[in-house]
Amino acid sequence: MIPAGFEYHRPTDMASAIGLLQAHGDEARVVAGGHSLIPMMKLRMASLSHLVDLQGIAELRGIELGADVIRIGAMTTQNELITHEGLAQAVPILREAALQIADPQVRYVGTIGGNVANGDPGNDMPGLMQCLDASYEVVGPDGTRTIAAREFYDSAYFTARSDEEILTRITLPCPAAGTGYAYEKQKRKIGDYATAAAAVLFGPGGASIAMTNLADTPVWSAEAGAALAAGDTEGAVSAALAAIDPQEDMRGPIEFKKHVAGVVLRRAIDRALSRAAG
Amino acid sequence: MKDDVATPEERSASLKGMGCSRKRVEDVRFTQGRGNYVDDIKLDGMLFGDFVRSPYAHARVVSIDTEAAMKVPGVVAVLTAKDLEPLGLHWMPTLAGDKQMVLADGKVLFQGQEVAYVIAKDRYAAADGVEAVEVEYDELPVLTDPFEALKSDVVLREDLAGQTEGAHGPRKHHNHIFTWEQGDKDATEAVLAGADVVAEEMVYYHRTHPCPLETCGCVASMDKVTGKLTLHGTFQAPHAIRTVVSLISGIAEHNIRVISPDIGGGFGNKVGAYAGYVCSVVASIVTGKPVKWVENRMDNLMSTAFARDYWMQGKIAATKEGKITGLWCHTTADHGGFDACADPTKFPAGFMNICTGSYDIPTAYLAVDGVYTNKAPGGVAYRCSFRVTEAAYFIERMIEVLAIKLNMDAAELRRINFIRKDQFPYQSALGWEYDSGDYHTAWDKALAAVGYVDLRKEQAQRLEDFKSGKTRKLMGIGLTHFTEIVGAGPVKNCDILGLGMFDSCEIRIHPTGSAIARLGTISQGQGHATTFAQILASEIGISADDITIEEGDTDTAPYGLGTYGSRSTPVAGAATAMAGRKIRAKAQMIAAYLLEVHDDDVEFDVDRFVVKGAPDRFKTMKELAFASYNQAIPGLEPGLEAVSYYDPPNMTYPFGAYICVMDLDVDTGEHEIRKFYALDDCGTRINPMIIEGQVHGGATEGYAIAMGQEIAYDDMGNHKTATLMDFFLPTSWETPTYETDFTVTPSPHHPIGAKGVGESPNVGSVPAFSNAVHDAFRPFGLTQSHMPHDHWRVWRIARDLGLHG
Ligand SMILES: Cc1cc2nc3c(=O)[nH]c(=O)nc-3n(C[C@H](O)[C@H](O)[C@H](O)COP(=O)(O)OP(=O)(O)OC[C@H]3O[C@@H](n4cnc5c(N)ncnc54)[C@H](O)[C@@H]3O)c2cc1C
Repeated sequence: MIPAGFEYHRPTDMASAIGLLQAHGDEARVVAGGHSLIPMMKLRMASLSHLVDLQGIAELRGIELGADVIRIGAMTTQNELITHEGLAQAVPILREAALQIADPQVRYVGTIGGNVANGDPGNDMPGLMQCLDASYEVVGPDGTRTIAAREFYDSAYFTARSDEEILTRITLPCPAAGTGYAYEKQKRKIGDYATAAAAVLFGPGGASIAMTNLADTPVWSAEAGAALAAGDTEGAVSAALAAIDPQEDMRGPIEFKKHVAGVVLRRAIDRALSRAAG
Repeated sequence: MKDDVATPEERSASLKGMGCSRKRVEDVRFTQGRGNYVDDIKLDGMLFGDFVRSPYAHARVVSIDTEAAMKVPGVVAVLTAKDLEPLGLHWMPTLAGDKQMVLADGKVLFQGQEVAYVIAKDRYAAADGVEAVEVEYDELPVLTDPFEALKSDVVLREDLAGQTEGAHGPRKHHNHIFTWEQGDKDATEAVLAGADVVAEEMVYYHRTHPCPLETCGCVASMDKVTGKLTLHGTFQAPHAIRTVVSLISGIAEHNIRVISPDIGGGFGNKVGAYAGYVCSVVASIVTGKPVKWVENRMDNLMSTAFARDYWMQGKIAATKEGKITGLWCHTTADHGGFDACADPTKFPAGFMNICTGSYDIPTAYLAVDGVYTNKAPGGVAYRCSFRVTEAAYFIERMIEVLAIKLNMDAAELRRINFIRKDQFPYQSALGWEYDSGDYHTAWDKALAAVGYVDLRKEQAQRLEDFKSGKTRKLMGIGLTHFTEIVGAGPVKNCDILGLGMFDSCEIRIHPTGSAIARLGTISQGQGHATTFAQILASEIGISADDITIEEGDTDTAPYGLGTYGSRSTPVAGAATAMAGRKIRAKAQMIAAYLLEVHDDDVEFDVDRFVVKGAPDRFKTMKELAFASYNQAIPGLEPGLEAVSYYDPPNMTYPFGAYICVMDLDVDTGEHEIRKFYALDDCGTRINPMIIEGQVHGGATEGYAIAMGQEIAYDDMGNHKTATLMDFFLPTSWETPTYETDFTVTPSPHHPIGAKGVGESPNVGSVPAFSNAVHDAFRPFGLTQSHMPHDHWRVWRIARDLGLHG
């Protein structure tokens, strides 16, 4: 449980951070809260010679509430998401989901940027970001680009971000007033990743459904959302379930996960519908 | 003087003796981060050791190349079996009469087995050194199933090839360790053959792990000038460890000092001797420097002692009316690669023969077959007396299975089969003499407290609602009445490595009337410093606050067999009371001398000796303590000290009635513990608050075991639960709320009537939780489903019963 030796860098601006990534190639990795990366290093499943800490870069912090969109700096902690009143009012599903991540100690340190950039299918935020149709701003040696969350995840730990890019900001469209929402997660205990989780939005702007830890990437199903928007709950459930591909682990066999995915999704849909205005 | 005006009740209260919920004196340092654990020990020039571990469950070790590791900055040495062999230390004896590799000698038998020991200037360099050791393995076929192992041609223990006789009798197969039989086989089979009703079931108590918060570790320090070895470690039995170290290392016992400092939980995990201890001692001798070894969590879960893993095939016979006439049990015990169980020598399956439980079962038979597999060694008593949790789980499941067969209420079935109060001392069919009990009173109290009749009505309504589609949650009521057997034990039949299982206490009263008492046991969180002082306070009339309790240093404490199997109070607690009585007897003579009366004319009164019939003529214990140092009393030696080595005449038999009410979601397999009621009868209650704490802790471990905790391997012998992500340790969030209650049936043979309690809640709660799960599905035809009852397994029960539509 002791990582191999590494150099620690703490740049204070983006240019230096990117410079470090360029200089050290795949020997280097950024570290945010460290609550996914450091355990991997301690297990020696990740071995890196250079860690570039993003804590010192002020521009990566902060939550901006606009009329139509919300911008969240990558280094915003889960705890900051939970305790931000304006955010909780504008996108209540974010607080509901964040409260189901890990435990308070992890949430004080773990960041939203790390959670979405990590690429671990167990992380809760990626599915939620797909449900919300968020997009990620990444900055690299060639400048800034924006990648839709729904386009970001290729397979476990492989994302559309290149090694020399840093995720700086997450942009979310504000859900229309009266949108019902639910984040439903089954887990074995506090601090556990999901056995199955579902994010559901239902409202005037349509419906959106995404699921977590049921494939090697988050599962957002356009078809499921469309079915739900049309009032066809069972159609929505079967479309979403058709898109999942869970693996057996200590949480249970595949058949169990598929069953629970359906249960969790139905519960999320029911709750979202009950919360929708009108 | 304040003393003169105080009433006897006030004087008694100020002693904080037995029966007082005195706050734990240990907690002052624990809650301020001032504990002193093994990893807090830092000695000059200390080096660190770490293990290269086998990635394979069964493989030949073709070669070990340490060259690259030796080049890692900070690495001082790397030990392999070849280095230990000339010292005869590449293997070590186990507590179960087997032997175990210290470092892989030609092959490995489980994943995580110790292969080489890297010694370095700090932990970080040691970890890098471990990475750099190159080991070539040649994989061998893996056996993870004990039933398969007994049929397989694959020989796990080649070192035992051709040995048909083991430490506990004949071996039937090259992967067989022992057969242990108790009771009357023929008579039991005859009863089964002629019975009205026989219920039969395979009951599996899965493999799990004690997982103490603090893992195992030690600091070995060989002083080459004095020739003295000091070994600090997380030892539940420091004196036995000293003897073992002396026997296997050849260092004279007086040159070894073993110290158990504060210990962060043991639960059986810290009873045995581990490769880390041996390698650290050797490393300290080789390097001349102190060497520290502390397990990380994965090391702990993968390599140091597991618990349970018993396959118990049972048959229970009864009359049509439900009177039990016979019990038959055959257990297949998976011991892993080496038999490293920590049991008294003559009991290779511990006290599994307590499996007739709380019931008057006239005829019974038990056989246990121990088997080698490619899993980690161990088989320790995880918060229970030796194999008592297995026995209790077995009988409490068999009672439920019989109740189903008889179509009877399981509470009533228990009631008509309990050993009656007037039958104690009770001779069980499997050879024990139960000291005391009043099971009917406890049972009635428990059923009344939870409102059993109403709970059954509510459950029936819930079932209706479920069937009519109003709910997807079933309700289960889990009943348990357990009987523990603790306090090993009488030297005539209990020993470990030939050391009789007595225990000890030595008391020294200081001139000013305060005292220190030292014991052969060692607290790992049980609160000995608090409770043993309370026993003494009541016995010798000195306030518990004025008594220091010290344990764990073999240079100062009297010899004892340590703390496990709830033996501290039954054995060392008895020694404490007996030593206290010796103090009191001498104090009586001093008092009589000072008061100028005959010894028989003074009597003990809370904290003083009083002249009979003249209450104003007395000497307080404080005065007597000073007098013992200050007066030349004819016929008496100066000073006030005593020692007692207590060999208990019998075990003690704590018991209890536990009831769990649980809701189960048939679709997700999730559960909610709505109520958990625990009535414990541990005889005389020394500190009610500590008892309650022990019950909460033990029941929480029981909850974990029943509802999710397991050590799992895949078919290749890969360990699947080596971190706390997958090894279930409940947080405060998952932990149920407990209601505790008690009855008091003192032990007739124990000096203060106390029976021990630390382990009862683990023994009793596991069947209560598990029975609740089974009970919920009973109307749909479930008879047995193995633990742990985690979400997917509960879901599978519902699926198999067709409850998913
Ligand atoms: C006990 C425990 C339980 C947990 N339970 C859950 C849970 O239930 N649900 C859940 O979602 N998560 C869970 N987590 C993970 C936790 O939320 C992590 O904090 C989160 O996954 C990663 O955030 P971080 O800031 O710690 O990132 P880090 O660990 O620092 O980084 C993670 C990865 O993302 C990369 N990265 C980080 N920031 C950026 C950036 N700005 N740009 C580019 N790459 C970046 C890093 O290089 C690294 O590869 C748990 C963690 C622990 C320790």
